[in-house]
Amino acid sequence: MSTRLLGAPVQRTEDRRLTTGGGSFLDDLGSDACAAAFVRSPHAHARIRDIDVMDALDVDGLIAVYTYDDLTGPMAEPLPLLIPHPSIIDGRTPYALAREYVHHVGEPVAMVVARDRYAAEDAVERIRVDYEILDAVVGVEKAMQADRIVHEGMADNVAAHLVQEVGDAPAAIGAAPNTLELDLEIERSASIPMEGRGVYARWDSARGGGLRLYSSTQTATGVRAAVAAKLELQLGQVEVVVPDVGGGFGLKIVHPWPEEVMVPWAARQLDREIKWTEDRREHFVASAHERGQQQRVRVGFDDGGRILGLDVQILHDNGAYLPYGVIVPIVTSTQLLGPYKPGAYRVEFHSLYTTTAIVTPYRGAGRPQGVFAMERTMDAIADHLGKDRVDVRAANVIKPDEMPYDQGMLFQDGRPLIYDSGDYPKMLRMITDLVGWDDFEEYREQARAQGRRVGIGLACYVEGTGPGPYEGGHVQVETSGKVRVATGLTSQGQGHETALAQVVADKLGVPMSDIEVTTGDTRRMGYSVGTFASRGAVTSGSAVAMATVRLRDKVLKIAADALEADPGDLEIIDGRVQVKGSPAQGMELGTVAVLSNPLRYAFDAASAAATQFSGAADYDRPPVPEDEAPGLEGTDFYSPLRCTFASGAHAVIVETDPATAEVRILRYCVVHDCGNLINPTLVEGQVHGGVAQGVAGALYERMAYDEGGQLLNASFMDFLMPYASEVPRIEIDHLETPSPLNPLGVKGAGEAGVIPASAAIAAAVEDAEGFRIDQMPISPSELFHLRRRHARGEIASVPRRPAHRSLTKEN
Amino acid sequence: MTEELHEIRLRVNGIVHTVSVPARRLLSDCLRHDLGLTGTHVGCEHGVCGACTVLVDGRPMRSCLMFAVSAAQHEDITTVEGLAGPGGEPHPVQRAFAECHALQCGFCTPGFLTLIAGYLEDNPDPSEEEAREAVSGNLCRCTGYQNIVSAVQRAAELRTAEVVGGPARAAEEAPAPQPHSEGGHQ
Repeated sequence: MSTRLLGAPVQRTEDRRLTTGGGSFLDDLGSDACAAAFVRSPHAHARIRDIDVMDALDVDGLIAVYTYDDLTGPMAEPLPLLIPHPSIIDGRTPYALAREYVHHVGEPVAMVVARDRYAAEDAVERIRVDYEILDAVVGVEKAMQADRIVHEGMADNVAAHLVQEVGDAPAAIGAAPNTLELDLEIERSASIPMEGRGVYARWDSARGGGLRLYSSTQTATGVRAAVAAKLELQLGQVEVVVPDVGGGFGLKIVHPWPEEVMVPWAARQLDREIKWTEDRREHFVASAHERGQQQRVRVGFDDGGRILGLDVQILHDNGAYLPYGVIVPIVTSTQLLGPYKPGAYRVEFHSLYTTTAIVTPYRGAGRPQGVFAMERTMDAIADHLGKDRVDVRAANVIKPDEMPYDQGMLFQDGRPLIYDSGDYPKMLRMITDLVGWDDFEEYREQARAQGRRVGIGLACYVEGTGPGPYEGGHVQVETSGKVRVATGLTSQGQGHETALAQVVADKLGVPMSDIEVTTGDTRRMGYSVGTFASRGAVTSGSAVAMATVRLRDKVLKIAADALEADPGDLEIIDGRVQVKGSPAQGMELGTVAVLSNPLRYAFDAASAAATQFSGAADYDRPPVPEDEAPGLEGTDFYSPLRCTFASGAHAVIVETDPATAEVRILRYCVVHDCGNLINPTLVEGQVHGGVAQGVAGALYERMAYDEGGQLLNASFMDFLMPYASEVPRIEIDHLETPSPLNPLGVKGAGEAGVIPASAAIAAAVEDAEGFRIDQMPISPSELFHLRRRHARGEIASVPRRPAHRSLTKEN
Repeated sequence: MTEELHEIRLRVNGIVHTVSVPARRLLSDCLRHDLGLTGTHVGCEHGVCGACTVLVDGRPMRSCLMFAVSAAQHEDITTVEGLAGPGGEPHPVQRAFAECHALQCGFCTPGFLTLIAGYLEDNPDPSEEEAREAVSGNLCRCTGYQNIVSAVQRAAELRTAEVVGGPARAAEEAPAPQPHSEGGHQ
């Protein structure tokens, strides 16, 4: 190729279908399928006394009604606890349909199957459930008090408890010349993809039975294994196909959902196609949320602002059940460290049951909370010492010559928390240059003269990306010369089809237009983990690159034989294998594919060339050489040693309205390091979307539960998801510190944008207002009330900040 | 409990369909499930997200807030499947979305495309601020809107060039901008 495709801002191949109405999302499939709908608990905590379905039975179009009593075998057992961990004390998971108790509003109690969704919902509203209402437990404080218990048989609400220590933090803090204590809080938000969940199942009763399942999920192979286990099927009897997915943001990695086992189970019971498409209210109350945590930070530091000891206690709200284990609080605990080396560190979390929707990873997956704790601490240290906030960070960051840096802990993948690469001092320089940190005081004075209140803040993060265990890549050249690529993980808008095609085009030497990529289809790749933790480019990108290199070797070997040349003298340009320096001597890739597969039968002109009498044969060798396989394809798997650590810094300038307390973002700057960029346009798109969710979580979104466990804002009318009018323009500068851990030198980019947003915006609002901001999100009315409390002396002022940084060596 | 059905005629993307629906059938469901035009997506079913936007007599409307029987009283409905030109050439807003990376998962995209196509008919040359305002009634969870706003302005450019000289001329006169990245690469 004359120009490298890796690193180029290539337009997406997905967009043709998605801009013409040609996408196929879950509910676009199965036009003849019956519809499922669910009777869901209206109560946060209750015991089911009786379910009366009589009134539903005369609904026109009704096919079946199921309750827990219809379930047997593994279907009658609780859903799996997907990620066990030694810290889990009592891991509760839901039943596919509630057995006796319901533990949150929206929990499925009965399933209706009918001709269409209208009829199914007619039946749902005629089913009467008699509940004995029990006490709701909302919020971590109530959960920790344990006056009311969520789950039968438990003495308190603690699902998991973990203490991790590096050094002796309490002693280090005790001996430190300066100490501070902070109480922090972040509220719940959620992924809220535009397309909710959905499942469509087709049962084929021939030859022992087989299931084709379509699900709007982030893991095809995970759903396959989970459903096979519940339905007592062999893996070979289940195919899972993931169609176009309308966003996931972490939510859709949870599997199997109750609906995800009920729909295929009922499809087999009834021998009919069944589809369930989640509606928006169901999504709010019955899928999953994240973020809710309270944190107490104790920190000891020297007069230069260097942290000597850090002790963090976290109360984490995990909702009604623990199907995804304790990934989120583990990520908070470990990624809290960011680009810093805090000396001694102790972190303790209690993960608590409440009678609310489950808590599972949402983009960032515990990192926004961790970064909030660390970055609020950095600002507090700076204010305590009268130092510039950038200087304090510069005093604490890990230096490039300290890489790889071992934080001495185990990460969420159970492997060491060792940073592979990064240049944090440069990152700090870049973000302060981009936002104009050193010129801000001048701007503040100008604004003040106009009666305006402005503030600046920044926050840094490190993100472990690309965890294993592995992903695979399969690359095949057809006799037409077209290249088919498959990887097992799924896509929810990241542009994997484009990015992976760029990898293949670059490594194989074929045009993008000849490459077709399939993701998330167990028929094409049965070994896979899924799309989460910013791992697509790292794991599947690497696997596809390795498979392509393997395939290229085979291409060159076969072509070298045919061209009577040395493989080392060949190159592949625009889909043609040719001798370097004499391009006339060569053959199309499709011809190589023909030669790779000796045939007995001729189907067309191309295959005729591969039949047994078509050319000279070597009678001393079998048609397919030993250790070779027919066909031109390559498969490989990439299994990372451990995560690769991306990093970044955000800086924000806000203006707060002196009268209305509205917060307006004037500038939002991002420095982002995800190693080598496969496609900068796609990476920037990921950053934009992440920042939008970060701004949303900082200023607009919260899950407003009342004390009874009712979600008061379970609609787009009431949950303030930002429109274009709320999301600022984002300025991005890229730093590229390649990862030494994978063949592409890439790091994950999917989650980054959201991670430091709450911390950076809190810092900027604090800077504008002159008093501490310890809770996010912050609404205008909350800021208004904080101002009143500050005026009454109930909240301490932030000291006037130094006008300029001291230009330290580190920075 | 059998529902009464109403036979209605809907002209969608220039084709007249006759379909029997109950009175409560939403236009969005009728388009998707009765006519098989699944490009129109349903994101909330309460008229807030805009994913189901279609053009009803040229005006953007939320098809989840309209009954199919009411839609039959209008002349003409255009869905995302009907935006392309007679020869299948993409509408300027479809080209602009691809050029500007204005979509990621693509679920909300048909609603934005129909909205913007309708908007540009009345506002052929919006400023950046006007473009942002124009799309501020539709939700997108992936893009952060920045590239959607750019795509509105790019679509306006392409459309103007097309009105002057047809699609071929448009491609010549409004060459695709070099895909840009904010800031430099270090």
